[in-house]
Amino acid sequence: MGAKVVTITSGKGGVGKTTTTANVGVALAKDGQKVVLIDADIGLRNLDLVMGLEKYIVYDLVDVVEGRAKLRQAMIKHRQFPELYLIPAAQTRDKTAVSPADMIQLTDQLRGEFDYILIDSPAGIERGFRNAVAPADDVLIVTNPEVSAVRDADRIIGLLEANHKEPGQLIINRLKPEAVRRKEMLSPEEITDILGIKIIGIVPEDENVVPSSNTGVPVTLMEQSRAGQAFRDIARRLMGEKVPFMSLDDASGGLFKRISRLFGGG
Amino acid sequence: MTGWLSRLLGRSEPAPQQGSSSIARERLQFILVHDRISLTPERMDMMKQEILAVLRKYIDVDGDSVDIALQKRDKNSLLIAEVPFTKSIHNEDYDPSRDDA
Repeated sequence: MGAKVVTITSGKGGVGKTTTTANVGVALAKDGQKVVLIDADIGLRNLDLVMGLEKYIVYDLVDVVEGRAKLRQAMIKHRQFPELYLIPAAQTRDKTAVSPADMIQLTDQLRGEFDYILIDSPAGIERGFRNAVAPADDVLIVTNPEVSAVRDADRIIGLLEANHKEPGQLIINRLKPEAVRRKEMLSPEEITDILGIKIIGIVPEDENVVPSSNTGVPVTLMEQSRAGQAFRDIARRLMGEKVPFMSLDDASGGLFKRISRLFGGG
Repeated sequence: MTGWLSRLLGRSEPAPQQGSSSIARERLQFILVHDRISLTPERMDMMKQEILAVLRKYIDVDGDSVDIALQKRDKNSLLIAEVPFTKSIHNEDYDPSRDDA
Protein backbone atom coordinates (compact mmCIF):
# COMPACT_ATOMS: atom_id res chain seq x y z
CA MET A 1 0.00 0.00 0.00
CA GLY A 2 2.62 2.55 1.05
CA ALA A 3 1.82 6.15 0.27
CA LYS A 4 -1.37 7.95 1.06
CA VAL A 5 -2.77 9.82 -1.93
CA VAL A 6 -4.19 13.20 -0.91
CA THR A 7 -5.95 15.38 -3.48
CA ILE A 8 -6.33 19.13 -2.92
CA THR A 9 -9.39 20.51 -4.69
CA SER A 10 -11.97 23.29 -4.35
CA GLY A 11 -14.41 23.72 -7.22
CA LYS A 12 -13.83 27.46 -7.38
CA GLY A 13 -10.58 28.79 -8.78
CA GLY A 14 -8.23 31.12 -6.96
CA VAL A 15 -8.97 29.98 -3.42
CA GLY A 16 -5.46 28.66 -2.76
CA LYS A 17 -5.24 25.05 -3.92
CA THR A 18 -1.75 25.38 -5.35
CA THR A 19 -0.48 27.38 -2.38
CA THR A 20 -1.92 24.72 -0.06
CA THR A 21 -0.42 21.82 -2.03
CA ALA A 22 3.03 23.43 -2.08
CA ASN A 23 3.00 24.35 1.59
CA VAL A 24 1.57 21.15 2.99
CA GLY A 25 3.97 19.21 0.77
CA VAL A 26 6.98 21.16 2.01
CA ALA A 27 5.81 20.88 5.62
CA LEU A 28 5.49 17.10 5.29
CA ALA A 29 8.95 16.87 3.75
CA LYS A 30 10.36 19.05 6.49
CA ASP A 31 8.95 16.54 8.96
CA GLY A 32 10.94 13.80 7.26
CA GLN A 33 8.22 12.35 5.04
CA LYS A 34 8.88 11.18 1.48
CA VAL A 35 6.58 13.29 -0.64
CA VAL A 36 5.74 13.66 -4.31
CA LEU A 37 3.53 16.49 -5.57
CA ILE A 38 1.62 16.07 -8.81
CA ASP A 39 0.32 19.12 -10.67
CA ALA A 40 -2.88 17.86 -12.32
CA ASP A 41 -3.82 21.26 -13.73
CA ILE A 42 -2.84 20.43 -17.29
CA GLY A 43 -2.59 23.49 -19.52
CA LEU A 44 -2.35 25.87 -16.55
CA ARG A 45 0.79 24.67 -14.83
CA ASN A 46 1.68 26.64 -11.69
CA LEU A 47 2.79 24.41 -8.86
CA ASP A 48 6.33 24.46 -10.30
CA LEU A 49 6.41 28.23 -10.02
CA VAL A 50 5.09 28.37 -6.45
CA MET A 51 7.67 25.70 -5.51
CA GLY A 52 10.50 27.58 -7.20
CA LEU A 53 11.22 24.63 -9.52
CA GLU A 54 10.13 26.04 -12.88
CA LYS A 55 13.64 26.16 -14.30
CA TYR A 56 14.23 22.45 -13.88
CA ILE A 57 11.35 21.04 -15.93
CA VAL A 58 12.31 18.73 -18.76
CA TYR A 59 9.42 16.27 -18.90
CA ASP A 60 5.89 16.50 -17.58
CA LEU A 61 2.88 14.42 -16.55
CA VAL A 62 1.60 14.03 -20.11
CA ASP A 63 5.03 12.93 -21.34
CA VAL A 64 4.88 10.12 -18.78
CA VAL A 65 1.31 9.13 -19.59
CA GLU A 66 2.05 9.07 -23.32
CA GLY A 67 5.28 7.12 -22.88
CA ARG A 68 7.78 9.76 -24.00
CA ALA A 69 9.45 9.81 -20.61
CA LYS A 70 9.95 7.45 -17.73
CA LEU A 71 8.27 8.44 -14.48
CA ARG A 72 11.67 9.09 -12.85
CA GLN A 73 12.66 11.51 -15.60
CA ALA A 74 9.64 13.70 -14.95
CA MET A 75 10.19 13.86 -11.20
CA ILE A 76 11.97 17.06 -10.16
CA LYS A 77 13.85 16.83 -6.91
CA HIS A 78 13.48 19.78 -4.54
CA ARG A 79 16.76 21.60 -3.86
CA GLN A 80 16.34 21.82 -0.11
CA PHE A 81 14.48 18.58 0.61
CA PRO A 82 15.92 15.63 -1.31
CA GLU A 83 12.90 13.48 -0.49
CA LEU A 84 10.43 15.96 -1.99
CA TYR A 85 9.59 15.67 -5.68
CA LEU A 86 7.35 17.45 -8.16
CA ILE A 87 5.75 16.02 -11.27
CA PRO A 88 4.78 19.10 -13.29
CA ALA A 89 1.69 19.44 -15.47
CA ALA A 90 2.02 19.85 -19.21
CA GLN A 91 1.60 23.44 -20.29
CA THR A 92 0.68 22.99 -23.93
CA ARG A 93 -2.00 20.30 -23.67
CA ASP A 94 -5.45 20.08 -22.10
CA LYS A 95 -7.10 17.92 -19.48
CA THR A 96 -8.24 15.27 -21.95
CA ALA A 97 -4.60 14.21 -22.43
CA VAL A 98 -4.89 12.31 -19.13
CA SER A 99 -7.62 9.95 -17.90
CA PRO A 100 -8.68 8.98 -14.37
CA ALA A 101 -7.29 5.49 -15.09
CA ASP A 102 -3.91 7.03 -16.04
CA MET A 103 -3.82 8.84 -12.70
CA ILE A 104 -4.58 5.66 -10.78
CA GLN A 105 -1.85 3.81 -12.66
CA LEU A 106 0.65 6.60 -12.10
CA THR A 107 0.02 6.86 -8.37
CA ASP A 108 0.12 3.07 -8.01
CA GLN A 109 3.66 3.18 -9.42
CA LEU A 110 4.62 5.80 -6.82
CA ARG A 111 2.89 4.39 -3.75
CA GLY A 112 5.66 1.98 -2.85
CA GLU A 113 8.34 4.64 -2.70
CA PHE A 114 6.63 7.51 -0.90
CA ASP A 115 4.72 8.36 2.25
CA TYR A 116 2.51 11.02 0.67
CA ILE A 117 1.40 11.75 -2.87
CA LEU A 118 -0.29 15.17 -3.05
CA ILE A 119 -2.31 16.00 -6.16
CA ASP A 120 -3.07 19.62 -7.00
CA SER A 121 -6.46 19.55 -8.72
CA PRO A 122 -7.55 22.10 -11.31
CA ALA A 123 -10.59 24.26 -10.59
CA GLY A 124 -13.93 23.10 -11.90
CA ILE A 125 -15.82 19.83 -11.67
CA GLU A 126 -15.01 18.34 -15.06
CA ARG A 127 -12.36 16.01 -16.41
CA GLY A 128 -9.42 17.61 -14.61
CA PHE A 129 -11.20 17.30 -11.28
CA ARG A 130 -12.14 13.68 -11.98
CA ASN A 131 -8.53 12.92 -12.91
CA ALA A 132 -7.27 14.44 -9.69
CA VAL A 133 -9.78 12.72 -7.43
CA ALA A 134 -9.74 9.25 -9.02
CA PRO A 135 -6.73 7.89 -7.07
CA ALA A 136 -7.37 9.85 -3.84
CA ASP A 137 -7.44 8.20 -0.43
CA ASP A 138 -8.12 11.57 1.18
CA VAL A 139 -9.50 14.77 -0.30
CA LEU A 140 -8.78 18.22 1.11
CA ILE A 141 -11.33 20.82 0.03
CA VAL A 142 -9.99 24.36 0.08
CA THR A 143 -12.46 27.19 0.46
CA ASN A 144 -12.49 30.88 1.39
CA PRO A 145 -14.89 32.48 3.89
CA GLU A 146 -16.96 33.82 1.03
CA VAL A 147 -20.33 32.68 -0.36
CA SER A 148 -19.30 31.55 -3.84
CA ALA A 149 -16.31 29.53 -2.61
CA VAL A 150 -18.43 27.84 0.07
CA ARG A 151 -21.15 27.02 -2.44
CA ASP A 152 -18.60 25.46 -4.79
CA ALA A 153 -17.10 23.48 -1.91
CA ASP A 154 -20.56 22.06 -1.28
CA ARG A 155 -20.75 20.95 -4.93
CA ILE A 156 -17.45 19.12 -4.50
CA ILE A 157 -18.75 17.43 -1.33
CA GLY A 158 -21.83 16.31 -3.26
CA LEU A 159 -19.73 14.95 -6.14
CA LEU A 160 -17.42 13.04 -3.79
CA GLU A 161 -20.47 11.51 -2.15
CA ALA A 162 -21.97 10.57 -5.53
CA ASN A 163 -18.69 8.86 -6.43
CA HIS A 164 -18.57 6.96 -3.15
CA LYS A 165 -15.46 8.77 -2.02
CA GLU A 166 -14.67 9.67 1.56
CA PRO A 167 -16.36 12.98 2.47
CA GLY A 168 -13.18 15.06 2.44
CA GLN A 169 -11.81 17.50 4.98
CA LEU A 170 -12.09 21.24 4.85
CA ILE A 171 -9.38 23.90 4.73
CA ILE A 172 -10.59 27.47 5.20
CA ASN A 173 -8.01 29.70 3.57
CA ARG A 174 -7.56 33.46 3.82
CA LEU A 175 -9.58 33.93 6.98
CA LYS A 176 -9.48 37.41 8.47
CA PRO A 177 -10.09 37.03 12.21
CA GLU A 178 -10.74 40.75 12.53
CA ALA A 179 -13.55 40.63 9.94
CA VAL A 180 -15.01 37.56 11.65
CA ARG A 181 -15.10 39.45 14.93
CA ARG A 182 -16.93 42.30 13.25
CA LYS A 183 -19.33 39.70 11.84
CA GLU A 184 -18.50 40.81 8.34
CA MET A 185 -17.03 37.43 7.43
CA LEU A 186 -18.34 33.89 7.85
CA SER A 187 -16.68 32.20 10.80
CA PRO A 188 -15.02 28.76 10.55
CA GLU A 189 -17.78 27.48 12.79
CA GLU A 190 -20.52 28.76 10.47
CA ILE A 191 -18.80 27.35 7.41
CA THR A 192 -18.32 23.87 8.88
CA ASP A 193 -21.92 23.90 10.12
CA ILE A 194 -23.19 24.78 6.65
CA LEU A 195 -21.01 22.24 4.84
CA GLY A 196 -21.25 19.48 7.44
CA ILE A 197 -17.71 18.14 7.04
CA LYS A 198 -14.64 17.86 9.22
CA ILE A 199 -12.19 20.72 9.28
CA ILE A 200 -8.46 20.09 9.03
CA GLY A 201 -7.13 23.63 8.82
CA ILE A 202 -7.81 27.33 9.17
CA VAL A 203 -5.31 29.48 7.32
CA PRO A 204 -5.36 33.17 8.17
CA GLU A 205 -4.84 35.84 5.55
CA ASP A 206 -1.14 36.53 5.52
CA GLU A 207 0.76 39.19 3.66
CA ASN A 208 3.74 36.85 3.41
CA VAL A 209 1.95 34.64 0.87
CA VAL A 210 2.42 36.84 -2.19
CA PRO A 211 6.14 37.54 -1.55
CA SER A 212 6.53 33.83 -0.97
CA SER A 213 5.13 32.96 -4.38
CA ASN A 214 7.14 35.82 -5.89
CA THR A 215 10.31 34.14 -4.72
CA GLY A 216 9.19 30.51 -4.97
CA VAL A 217 9.80 29.85 -1.28
CA PRO A 218 6.62 28.47 0.35
CA VAL A 219 5.51 30.32 3.52
CA THR A 220 5.77 27.07 5.45
CA LEU A 221 9.49 27.79 5.60
CA MET A 222 8.98 31.18 7.22
CA GLU A 223 8.87 30.52 10.94
CA GLN A 224 7.13 33.82 11.66
CA SER A 225 4.34 33.43 9.11
CA ARG A 226 0.85 32.73 10.49
CA ALA A 227 -0.19 31.02 7.28
CA GLY A 228 3.02 29.00 7.37
CA GLN A 229 2.19 27.84 10.88
CA ALA A 230 -1.33 26.89 9.77
CA PHE A 231 0.06 24.81 6.89
CA ARG A 232 2.55 23.07 9.18
CA ASP A 233 -0.36 22.24 11.49
CA ILE A 234 -2.36 20.79 8.58
CA ALA A 235 0.59 18.57 7.66
CA ARG A 236 0.83 17.26 11.21
CA ARG A 237 -2.92 16.60 11.34
CA LEU A 238 -2.59 14.67 8.07
CA MET A 239 0.04 12.54 9.80
CA GLY A 240 -2.50 11.77 12.49
CA GLU A 241 -1.30 14.13 15.21
CA LYS A 242 -3.84 15.96 17.30
CA VAL A 243 -2.83 19.57 16.84
CA PRO A 244 -4.97 22.25 18.48
CA PHE A 245 -6.24 25.01 16.24
CA MET A 246 -4.38 28.29 16.55
CA SER A 247 -6.01 31.08 18.42
CA LEU A 248 -6.95 33.72 15.89
CA ASP A 249 -7.33 36.28 18.60
CA ASP A 250 -3.94 37.88 18.46
CA ALA A 251 -4.24 40.93 16.25
CA SER A 252 -0.80 42.22 17.15
CA GLY A 253 1.02 40.15 14.55
CA GLY A 254 3.75 37.59 15.03
CA LEU A 255 2.97 34.05 16.05
CA PHE A 256 -0.43 33.17 17.36
CA LYS A 257 -0.66 32.06 20.88
CA ARG A 258 -1.76 28.51 20.93
CA ILE A 259 -4.77 27.66 22.95
CA SER A 260 -3.62 25.44 25.74
CA ARG A 261 -6.72 23.30 25.69
CA LEU A 262 -6.40 20.55 23.14
CA PHE A 263 -9.22 20.64 20.69
CA GLY A 264 -11.03 17.31 20.98
CA GLY A 265 -10.76 15.08 17.92
CA GLY A 266 -8.71 17.76 16.16
CA MET B 1 -18.45 21.67 17.88
CA THR B 2 -20.68 24.62 18.70
CA GLY B 3 -18.90 27.07 20.92
CA TRP B 4 -15.30 26.02 20.67
CA LEU B 5 -14.55 28.18 17.67
CA SER B 6 -16.37 31.17 19.02
CA ARG B 7 -14.33 30.85 22.19
CA LEU B 8 -11.28 30.47 20.05
CA LEU B 9 -12.13 33.59 18.13
CA GLY B 10 -12.77 35.49 21.32
CA ARG B 11 -16.38 36.26 20.62
CA SER B 12 -17.23 36.54 24.29
CA GLU B 13 -17.39 40.33 24.13
CA PRO B 14 -20.85 41.77 23.47
CA ALA B 15 -21.91 40.93 19.94
CA PRO B 16 -21.58 43.87 17.60
CA GLN B 17 -24.45 44.81 15.34
CA GLN B 18 -25.47 42.11 12.93
CA GLY B 19 -22.97 42.19 10.11
CA SER B 20 -23.23 40.83 6.61
CA SER B 21 -22.00 37.38 7.64
CA SER B 22 -25.44 36.39 8.91
CA ILE B 23 -26.89 37.31 5.53
CA ALA B 24 -24.18 35.21 3.87
CA ARG B 25 -25.08 32.28 6.10
CA GLU B 26 -28.80 32.51 5.38
CA ARG B 27 -28.33 32.87 1.64
CA LEU B 28 -25.94 29.94 1.58
CA GLN B 29 -28.22 27.71 3.60
CA PHE B 30 -31.03 28.46 1.17
CA ILE B 31 -29.11 27.92 -2.05
CA LEU B 32 -27.22 24.82 -0.92
CA VAL B 33 -30.38 22.91 -0.15
CA HIS B 34 -31.68 23.73 -3.62
CA ASP B 35 -28.33 22.88 -5.23
CA ARG B 36 -28.21 19.54 -3.50
CA ILE B 37 -31.58 18.29 -4.61
CA SER B 38 -31.45 20.13 -7.96
CA LEU B 39 -34.76 21.85 -7.32
CA THR B 40 -34.77 25.38 -8.68
CA PRO B 41 -36.60 28.09 -6.74
CA GLU B 42 -39.10 28.29 -9.65
CA ARG B 43 -39.99 24.58 -9.46
CA MET B 44 -40.17 24.93 -5.69
CA ASP B 45 -42.70 27.71 -6.14
CA MET B 46 -44.81 25.56 -8.45
CA MET B 47 -44.80 22.81 -5.85
CA LYS B 48 -45.83 25.27 -3.16
CA GLN B 49 -48.80 26.45 -5.21
CA GLU B 50 -49.96 22.88 -5.79
CA ILE B 51 -49.61 21.97 -2.12
CA LEU B 52 -51.61 25.09 -1.23
CA ALA B 53 -54.34 24.17 -3.69
CA VAL B 54 -54.73 20.77 -2.01
CA LEU B 55 -54.70 22.26 1.50
CA ARG B 56 -57.42 24.71 0.58
CA LYS B 57 -59.80 21.88 -0.12
CA TYR B 58 -59.71 21.07 3.58
CA ILE B 59 -58.72 24.15 5.53
CA ASP B 60 -59.08 27.87 5.23
CA VAL B 61 -55.57 29.10 4.48
CA ASP B 62 -54.22 32.57 4.16
CA GLY B 63 -51.72 32.12 1.33
CA ASP B 64 -49.52 35.01 2.46
CA SER B 65 -48.77 33.56 5.86
CA VAL B 66 -47.83 30.11 4.59
CA ASP B 67 -44.17 29.18 4.79
CA ILE B 68 -43.06 26.13 2.86
CA ALA B 69 -39.31 25.81 2.58
CA LEU B 70 -36.45 23.39 2.32
CA GLN B 71 -34.11 23.00 5.23
CA LYS B 72 -30.96 21.06 5.91
CA ARG B 73 -30.73 19.27 9.18
CA ASP B 74 -27.57 17.22 9.67
CA LYS B 75 -27.28 15.18 6.50
CA ASN B 76 -30.95 15.30 5.53
CA SER B 77 -32.88 17.72 3.40
CA LEU B 78 -36.33 18.43 4.83
CA LEU B 79 -39.39 20.09 3.42
CA ILE B 80 -40.82 22.16 6.25
CA ALA B 81 -44.29 23.62 5.99
CA GLU B 82 -45.82 26.12 8.37
CA VAL B 83 -49.47 26.59 7.50
CA PRO B 84 -51.56 28.75 9.81
CA PHE B 85 -55.28 28.18 9.15
CA THR B 86 -58.44 29.65 10.54
CA LYS B 87 -60.98 26.87 10.20
CA SER B 88 -61.54 23.57 8.55
CA ILE B 89 -63.69 23.38 5.52
CA HIS B 90 -66.39 20.77 5.92
CA ASN B 91 -67.34 18.33 3.28
CA GLU B 92 -70.55 20.14 2.48
CA ASP B 93 -68.56 23.32 1.83
CA TYR B 94 -66.31 21.59 -0.58
CA ASP B 95 -67.34 21.69 -4.16
CA PRO B 96 -64.99 19.58 -6.30
CA SER B 97 -66.01 21.46 -9.43
CA ARG B 98 -64.61 24.63 -7.91
CA ASP B 99 -60.90 24.22 -8.24
CA ASP B 100 -59.64 27.77 -8.14
CA ALA B 101 -59.69 27.89 -4.32
